[in-house]
Order: sequence, then C-alpha cells, then structure tokens
Amino acid sequence: MNLDAKIPSGPIADKWDNHRFDMKLVNPANKRKFKVLMVGSGLAGGSAASTLAELGYDVECFCFQDSPRRAHSIAAQGGINAAKNYQNDGDSVHRLFYDTVKGGDFRSREANVYRLAQVSANIIDQCVAQGVPFAREYGGQLANRSFGGAQVSRTFYARGQTGQQLLLGCYAGLNRQIAAGKVRMHPRTELLDIVIVDGTARGIVTRDLVTGKIQSWAGDTVVLATGGYSTVFYLSTNAMGCNVTATWRAHKRGAGFANPCFTQIHPTCIPVSGDHQSKLTLMSESLRNDGRVWVPKRADDDRQPGEIPDAERDYYLERKYPSFGNLAPRDIASRSAKEVCDEGRGVGPGKRGVYLDFRDSVERVGKQGVSERYGNLFDMYERITDENPYERPMRIYPAPHYTMGGLWVDYNLMSNVPGLHVIGEANFSDHGANRLGASALMQGLADGYFVLPYTIGHYFATYSPDKQPITTDHPEFKRAEAEVNARIERLLNVQGSKTVDSFHKRLGRIMWEGCGMGRNAQGLTAALEQIPALREEFWSGVRIPGSGSEFNIELEKAGRVADFLEFGELMCRDALARDESCGGHFREEHQTADGEAVRNDEEYCHASVWEHKGDDQEPVMHREALDFENVALATRSYK
Amino acid sequence: MKLTLRVWRQRNASEQGRFETYEATDVSPDMSFLEMLDVLNRDLVERSEEPVAFDHDCREGICGTCSLVINGVAHGPRKATTTCQLHMRSFKDGDTVTIEPFRATGFPAVRDLVVDRSAFDRILQSGGFISVNTGGAPDANALPIGKAEADTAFDAAACIGCGACVAACPNAAAMLFVSAKIAHLSHLPQGAVEHEQRVVRMVHAMDGEGFGTCRNYYECEAVCPKEIPVSFIADMNRGYLKAALTAASD
Amino acid sequence: MNWLTRSLSSSIGNKLLVAITGIGLVGFLVGHLAGNLQVYLGQDAFNAYATGLRELGPLLNILRAGIVLVAIVHVVTAIKAARSSKNARPVAYAKHTRVVSSGNSHSMVRTGLLILAFVLFHLAHFTWGLTHPEHYKLVDGEGRHDAYSMLVLGFQSWPVAVSYVVAMFLLGMHISHGIPSLLQTLGISHPKYRPLLEKSGPVIAVLLVAGFVSIPVSVLLGIVPLPEGVL
Repeated sequence: MNLDAKIPSGPIADKWDNHRFDMKLVNPANKRKFKVLMVGSGLAGGSAASTLAELGYDVECFCFQDSPRRAHSIAAQGGINAAKNYQNDGDSVHRLFYDTVKGGDFRSREANVYRLAQVSANIIDQCVAQGVPFAREYGGQLANRSFGGAQVSRTFYARGQTGQQLLLGCYAGLNRQIAAGKVRMHPRTELLDIVIVDGTARGIVTRDLVTGKIQSWAGDTVVLATGGYSTVFYLSTNAMGCNVTATWRAHKRGAGFANPCFTQIHPTCIPVSGDHQSKLTLMSESLRNDGRVWVPKRADDDRQPGEIPDAERDYYLERKYPSFGNLAPRDIASRSAKEVCDEGRGVGPGKRGVYLDFRDSVERVGKQGVSERYGNLFDMYERITDENPYERPMRIYPAPHYTMGGLWVDYNLMSNVPGLHVIGEANFSDHGANRLGASALMQGLADGYFVLPYTIGHYFATYSPDKQPITTDHPEFKRAEAEVNARIERLLNVQGSKTVDSFHKRLGRIMWEGCGMGRNAQGLTAALEQIPALREEFWSGVRIPGSGSEFNIELEKAGRVADFLEFGELMCRDALARDESCGGHFREEHQTADGEAVRNDEEYCHASVWEHKGDDQEPVMHREALDFENVALATRSYK
Repeated sequence: MKLTLRVWRQRNASEQGRFETYEATDVSPDMSFLEMLDVLNRDLVERSEEPVAFDHDCREGICGTCSLVINGVAHGPRKATTTCQLHMRSFKDGDTVTIEPFRATGFPAVRDLVVDRSAFDRILQSGGFISVNTGGAPDANALPIGKAEADTAFDAAACIGCGACVAACPNAAAMLFVSAKIAHLSHLPQGAVEHEQRVVRMVHAMDGEGFGTCRNYYECEAVCPKEIPVSFIADMNRGYLKAALTAASD
Repeated sequence: MNWLTRSLSSSIGNKLLVAITGIGLVGFLVGHLAGNLQVYLGQDAFNAYATGLRELGPLLNILRAGIVLVAIVHVVTAIKAARSSKNARPVAYAKHTRVVSSGNSHSMVRTGLLILAFVLFHLAHFTWGLTHPEHYKLVDGEGRHDAYSMLVLGFQSWPVAVSYVVAMFLLGMHISHGIPSLLQTLGISHPKYRPLLEKSGPVIAVLLVAGFVSIPVSVLLGIVPLPEGVL
C-alpha cells in the first residue's frame, strides 16, 4: 500500500503556499469536462460541491437525507474555531496549530493541521459573506467564546446551533449552483459501492431509497464526504442515519482505513434513561464555560444535589486540572467522569452521571444572563429530562460523538486509491487521537472550501487524459451493480426473526464495553470473538419485511448494520494493536498512578492504516510515521 | 402506559391510504414519541408485518427531518417542540393517538408517514441565497452588523425547514417558511442587496409548488418548533408589494 | 404591464387585493355610519343629508360604481384565495386541531357571503325601494325624499330590524379578523406593536357594530320617533 503523504517541503508556514503554486491548474474552459461525484452534502461535501461548481466543474451530489440541509453537520452546537485573534488575547495561526496538535495527543499530521489553522480565518470571512448570523457584540463586531482545550477565545458561534447556521450557509451556496444547473443533487440516494477501473476510482453505485432503483454513475473522481461512524456504538450523539457504509465500501475496494479506534467520547451528554433509548443528546461543551462539574465526595450519596454542601462536593476537574479546570479537553473530561462513576460516586438513575451545575453562574450573572447564553440548551434539557436546570444541576455523562479515524488521505486529501478523495470527518488527518471542541466544523469547511478545490484541480491536470472516457457500460460497473443487487437479495432472503435494530444494539453494547472509553487487551480480545459470532447470527437471523424495489426502512438499516458488523471488528483490532494510551484511545494497561494516559512515542508515533485483504482474511496494518518537527513531542498536560 | 394508535398507512404515492389501529403497550413516559414508534415497529417486524415508515434523523430537534401530525397538531401537543423531542409524558395512559403525515399538495406522499418536502429545496434554489462565490470575501469584521439586527436575522434563520407550518396551515400555505428565509437574508446588509429580486422569485416559486394562500390564521406560528413569528410574513408581503411596484422586471 | 398581472395574480398579490379592497369597504362603512348617525339629529337634518347625497349627481354614481367594483374585487379575490387553499390540501386530515386561530378567521367566506346577501336586501329596501315602495315614496314637508321616515318605518318592522342586527353582528365577526388580517397582509406589523394591531380588529368592530345597531334599537325604543303626520 502506497502511503506517500506528499507533504510539501519547506518550512511549515510556507508549505501550503508553495504547494498551491506548485500544483498544476486546469484551463477554465476544460473544467466543465471533468465530472465530480460528490457523496455527502454536509459541511464538507456541500461546501466542496458548491465551490467546485463555481470553479466550473460538473458536479453530481448525493445524500441519503431528503435534503442536503439535513446532513448531520447541522447538529453541531457550540461553535467553530478560527485564528482571527479578534479578542487580542494572544491567538495566532501557530497557536491554533499547536493547540490542535497537542489536543490530538501527537497523532495527527503536522502539515495538515498547520494548513487547517491557516485557512481557518478565511472560513469565517466566507461564512459571514454568505449570511451566517454569528453572534455579535453591541458594536456590531463578531463575538467569541472559549472552548475546551484552549486558553484563548477563538470560537465563533451562533447561539447553540452553529452547525445548523453554517450548514444553511453552505446549503444556500449549493442551492445557487443547483439552480444554475452546475450541480445535480440526488437526495434520498445512498452509495452502496465504489467502482474502481484500472486502479482508479471512476464511479459509484447507488440505491434510490424511494424507488429502490440501483444505478451506476461514472465520473472523473469520487469524493467521499460521508461523515463518521460513531453509530457503531448504536447509542451516540450522531443522527440515526449516520453510517460507515461509504467509507467501508471504499475500504473493501482498496482504500486504507486509518486509526479506526480513534473515537471521541463527548463528556456532556444527557445520560441514558432506559432500554428504549435510540440516541443520546449532546449538551454543548460551551456549557462547561459556566457550569461546574461535580459529584458527591462520598460513594452512594443519595441526597438531592441541593442538600449536599460544597465541602462534600468533589469538583473533580477543577481539583485535578487547576489551570484548565472545567475546560479540560473532551477525552480527559470524559475519562474523569467514568472514573468517578466507577468509584460509585455517579448520580441519577443507574449512577452513570455527574452534575453540571449552574448555581454559581446564576448567582453571578442572574438567570437572565445564563438564559441568554444557553437558553435553548436548557430548554432542550428540560424537554428531555423533565428537570429544570436553572434550579437543579444537569446530569451529564459521556457519549460517543465523533470519530477521528477515517480513510487515509495524503496532503491532497486523496486516499491511496487514485481518484478517491475523502474530506471532512470521513478522513483521518487533522485531529489525531482527540479532537478539540469547535474544530470539526472548521475542518469540514476547510476541506470543502479551501483545500479540495485546489488539490482536485491538480489531480485532474495530472491525470492522464488519454484514458478512454468511461461510461457505466464498462464491465466493472456491471460487476459492482451485480454485487450490490446480490447483497440486497441475500439480506432479504435471510427471513429470520429478529429486527435489524436488535443486532445493532447488541453490537453497540459490545463496542461500548470492549472499545469504549476504557480499553484493555482482554476486553478487546473478547469483543473480537463476539463480533464475528454476532455477524453470523445477523446473516442467519435478521428479518427484513418488504422488497428491495420500494421505500424500505429496514433494508436501509440492514445494509448499514451489516457494514458496522464488519467494521466494528477492524476497530477493535486497531485498538488492540495500538498498545499505548493516547487521546480518546485509553488503554487501561498504560496509565500513570493518578490515571493519566501514557503514550508510547517510540513504538506508536504513527498512523495505523489497514488494508482489506478479503472477507475471509485478516487485514494487514501499514504505518505512516508521524514526524513532529514544529511541536515537540511532550506529555500532554492540562494541570 | 398503554396507548391506542391510529396510524396512517399508505404503501406509496399512487395507492390509497387508510388508518390502521395498533395497541402500544409498555410505553414509558421517558420515551420520545419516535422511540415509542420504534417499539411499535419492532413488534410489527417480529410479527412479520411491515413497519411504519416515518422520517427522522438527528432526534435532537435540529435537522428538521421528523414530521407527523399528532392528534391534529403538527409535531404534537408540546409548544416549540419537534416530534423527536416530544416525550410520552405529554400523554396519558389509555389515550388514543391519531398519527397522520403532513398533508399538502406541495408535500406529496412517499410512504406511510413519509412525505416529499423537496418543494422547499426548490423554493430556496429560486433565490434563498446570497450570490457570493468562495474566496475573496472581505474580513468578517469589515462589515459591522448591529446586535439587534443580527439577532432578528438569527431568529428567522433558526427555521429548520420541517414544514410544520404548511402542515398546520388550514390552507397548506408555505409563507412562514419562505418569509423566514427572506427575513434572515434581508436583515443582513450582505443579503439586502438582492432582496427585491429574491422576494419576487421565491414567492413565485412557492406559488408554483402548489401551496395555498396565507389567510392569517397564524396556526403556523403556533406549531413552529423554532417559534418563528408571523411578523416575518408581514415583512415579506410588504417586500413583495414594494418589489412588484419598483423593482426592475425579473 | 405583464409585471402587474403577474404580481396581482400571485398568492400575495391576490391577498393584497383582498386587503386593499377591505380597507375601501371599511372606509365606506365608516362614512356610511357617519351619515346614518345623523338620524339622531332629527328628520330635517337627516333628509338634508340624504338629499345632499342625491344631489351629488354623476359624482354619486362614480362613488357607487367605485364601491361596487371594490366589493366585487373583494369577493372574487377572497373566494379565489379560499379555493386555492382547497387545492393545496387534497386529502383532508382525519383530525385537525385549531391551536390558536379564532372561529371568526375560519368563517370569513361564510360571514362575507351572508353580509353580501344582506347588503342586496338592504339596497332593495332603502336604495332601490323594491321591498317597501310605500315607505320609499314618502316626502317631507319641504318636498324632499323622506329618508328619515323611511328609516324609522323600516326598523319598526321587527323582521327588518332583526335581520339588520344579525347582519351587523356578522359584519363585526368579519371585520374583527379582517382588520388585523389586512394590516398583516399589507405588511403593517412589528413585534413591538403587534398586540395593539391585533386588538384593533375587535375594537373597531365593536365601535362600528354598536353604531349601526344603535339605530334600529333606538327606533324600537322610540328614541328615534316617527314624525307626526306620516302615514
């Protein structure tokens, strides 16, 4: 497997500028001859589709939702980082770069992260020009707030719905190109396979979710902007439709999957209320700016929170991390919550919860002041739990939220399969082993607006034009379509007795137990035995009513769960192979006496990239060594 | 809790629909409405019947995918709440709950409770954007925007495009949705430039999709999960009048 | 002029026509009430006012034609709006709950058509002299058309008085939704004074209805008496 990251030479601050000059250009008149197949229409896919269309490329864009406006980017609450230094508090491109590399626990690629920090400022300019209504001060200037893992205020936000506002801006740009006829949008259409011709990605096979029609699409490049795979845990903060299918299908067609075990467990979610639970709801991390996290000092303390005096409360984040306090990064905050709950000091039903208390903020700025900052989040909390957070502390618990792992890409955001680009959460490159708050929106838009539109031109300009134009009549398309049809037939013909969701829930429990917030060799080995057995049971016991040629919700879910049942195994395999603790990957065997993660830079300062070798063979791991020339490898400390 | 559910079943757009009655047992007050339907679907599949198709995705009230008219009210009885955020504690043991899709010519049926809301996308394609290409935007703070104006733009931009306004309107009018997008963009200086052209194009696109005429019942405002006010419709009417009289022909 | 027909035939254009003609009709009501209330000034003043109106000659006809045109446009555009709504929802809900809208808002077409029917009767009675020709023929001491006596005799008839009062209540229902609705349609709304605008409908409706209804009531109570020597 060729893992040349194609990192440009020169000082880190000049790499992107140099590279932009070195890349070849496509003549404007020729751009319309290149067809881009864009899969996914969230912040990354939507911004890339509209920008590529503006440049003149011919774009087909696909999403499984009924409208691109509903992509899961919409659910991001807290904000988007940018190194604008509007607050004059010492921020800079280099500091954002440093914070992100350190926050990622030194498992990301420096050059990519630096570029991300560089273009971050352009993103804010672009979004404002599109009409994104960011929060503002009375003087009309943009407002900022601080977010976990940073000591400067560089986060731009739009109340508690920054993701929705950014996505609507991006979707508006996409709409403009759809109206101009330069993007053809295909909603309720799901990718089921990728077509590789002569080693190059040349097309996709999709299913129309309304009619069931299987169709092939040929193009000059395939871009996957299909998000992350947190729903492998069944319960996560991701939307119900989020899935790994596109990236997993690409992996099975040859694309390397990097660091699948790097998942982020977000510390502030509403705890599980019962077996019926279908998803977990995030409470924005921004709440940690004013809320204080605590549990009772004593285990099994059943008093009401208001009856517990301060002296008997353990504000454990403030105690353990005095300089960052409640703003400690997500992985650390999550792990600390698990720790106190494991000690029996958890609160609420089931004792899997900690308090996030606004008592002191209400005293300081008044109920009105708190409501102005977090009103909609408080309302949401009350709707779900029937408890009033102005009067009683919120109960929160960590939940799977984001996946740093994804398909391996080089500096140009192209996977090891020529012609297959991967952007946004679907790729692996920028967040290392832990993502900082408000960086996902930044990365999605950076990839889509300011990186891919340049690098894709270079790909087209260097891609040999003497290749025969390919149509969907090519035998590789016919083969892929036949395989897709056969798989659907196979799923429908199982005719077992159990629902798709029941398998998904069981897989989720295996993953949460074995490959969740804390991992160890024993648990991972057990999961690696349970998953294939569950997969076998799925293929003999799942029941899918109806046919493939109609709107069939069970069939949709079954295809995705079938892929998770394969992918989950790779995730555990990766977690087992990475015998160190780093970021969100906490191997219990590797911790200090007071429970901090212990990295092993000697052996694991690399990205683990997995190659699929066939359904009945073990995958092979390759390594991309990560060099840290600008941020010295150091133990990450937030004390 | 036990509930009796009257659920609209319709195989596809061309077949007639009908109500089916199901008993939901073991309903917990902490379940969301959609989780209650998940349990119904699990039971249906286990009985070898076809599950009830309904739209949903984020289940945290922001993606706008979920719909449903519950006991005659779009998104059900709780104010400012999407169906996915509606919890069963809003119902009583023994209640009969009638569940219908959003019904409108502009929202053709797909299956069961699922409808096609792509008319909203097409309306926005007619002008719901600011014509700016990527790159070359001035510094974000180069254009100060007063907090009050920015907040009003935000109030309008909070629309999640769920279509409850259409579903609740006795006339199946889409004016709250359309006016919210127009208000969002026209309250920002960068969007005000194209205001007249936008309002004319979007209103004509809305009419072309078969939505009804607003007759000022304000049912839309009452069910809107994001509490978008009807004063935006008044702004749109005024904007349309002015554009019709003074704007260059489109 | 293509832009004009296109704009007026759009949903908002049609609504604007309903609203603008609604303003015309409310204006007419106010003028009509101001005239009618002169009945309290006695036979001489009222007949002078009525004769004065008639003496406007061609101007009166222009005003009449104008108000007829306004009324026709109001009825036609309002019915068009109502019909477009039917087409917008071909399959009705089995259950559709009104969360906030008033009964008045839902009965605009019905109250409007009943008012129209009443207006035709009202014209036949007082303007065309078809229903009670014997009252219509009366002249006062100065040889003028005795509108005052015609009015009093008309309202002394219980069926006439009752139908008039009922029609005025329907009118009140119609305009208590109609006035805030037309303001909204014309874009006159603001979060700050929206509650005030919404109350303007019922307040104006009550004032107008009270003014109109006071006349038959006063006749029946003898407050507005029949002059001696008539009949």
